[in-house]
Amino acid sequence: MAETAEIFIDGQRVAFQAEQTIMMAAHAAGIYIPHLCHHPELKPHGSCRLCVVEVNGRKLSACTTLAQQGQIIHNQRADLIASRRCVLQLLFVEGNHVCPACEKSGDCQLQALAYAVEMISPRFAHFYPQRTVDASHPDILLDYNRCILCELCLRASRDVDHKNVFSLQQRGDKTHLSVNSASGQLADSTLALGDKAMQVCPVGALLSKQTAYQTPIGARLYDQKPIAQGEAHDG
Amino acid sequence: MMAKLRIATASLAGCFGCHMALLDMDERLLDLLELVEFDRTPLTDQKELQPCDIGLLEGGVANEDNLATLKLFRQQCKILIAIGACALNGGIPAMRNSFDLKDILAESYLNGMGLANSQIPQDAEIPALLNHVQPLHEIVKIDYFLPGCPPSGETIWLFLQQLLTGQPLHLPYHCLHYD
Repeated sequence: MAETAEIFIDGQRVAFQAEQTIMMAAHAAGIYIPHLCHHPELKPHGSCRLCVVEVNGRKLSACTTLAQQGQIIHNQRADLIASRRCVLQLLFVEGNHVCPACEKSGDCQLQALAYAVEMISPRFAHFYPQRTVDASHPDILLDYNRCILCELCLRASRDVDHKNVFSLQQRGDKTHLSVNSASGQLADSTLALGDKAMQVCPVGALLSKQTAYQTPIGARLYDQKPIAQGEAHDG
Repeated sequence: MMAKLRIATASLAGCFGCHMALLDMDERLLDLLELVEFDRTPLTDQKELQPCDIGLLEGGVANEDNLATLKLFRQQCKILIAIGACALNGGIPAMRNSFDLKDILAESYLNGMGLANSQIPQDAEIPALLNHVQPLHEIVKIDYFLPGCPPSGETIWLFLQQLLTGQPLHLPYHCLHYD
């Protein structure tokens, strides 16, 4: 008799299929594992470290680790949540994330995850990096201040839209998103509003113009409910 | 009955929105006054800061006066609380950190549209701007943080109530906002 393929996430039995990652198996079972650089339709990246869980005593990213029979996985343990809070605090000071002045506020996954792990303090010194805004495209705004280098737009443009509009340049703290066009400007690229790349930005870096305030602040997705329904917040 | 705790407040490089939110507690201000008495604060217009139990600061540090007030509050207050986006991360005023102070002053006072007799203001009454706007924790030790732009009256009341009555601090989901 074939053994049922299953893993255990925070004590809950979760069935999985061959070639599924822990993230995919959890998602299929309705269990939320925090993530910023993961999108179910794109190849996993494993870079944001928000989805790090403990698998049989080892800390691994859930989006790049295959589910294997009998894995004991911790997702919502206090030390893992504290690590995620720290990663978010690092992300917030590394860019210029001015929530009160951002069109994405309330719909932003970076912000929503910070709420989810109750990020109250800034903890680190701010970088205040000098970054620019590319408003050259008639329909699209690209604000480099808010980019967290998750490469979701890059992967979507390359692998789904087959346009390869974006790339990352340089190394270390100088790493930045850039546009693959002769001028480096969005207006000279082939990016269009209907592209997959326009649907995946977790923050307010890539925005459609004219629509930013259609839903007022306070009435947006994460103003209404936490990013992971079922996570303990209000009890 | 326990002696009331002394509390002082000030707005540094903020918009006074956090102080407005403090007033937005409405009738709960009466409950607050059962627990605290105010020292220096724009609400009493008292200028001198006596030793206090709690200091509540709104806004970041953008000029010399902000810096001196922050240091004075740290010296005089047992517990110092940063309240609002600007105090926590510089907020909107810190968006000037992307530019040179010289260029900002020139744009505002020398080259701006419609200026007559243009000059950069220089007066002892006007505190000199610092090159960059900084949040409070980068300059002095901050004991507690309360995010929001501003945090709502309900949030401030809940936070102060928990702090003043020795309960663990916890904000329900709808009270934690950065915008």
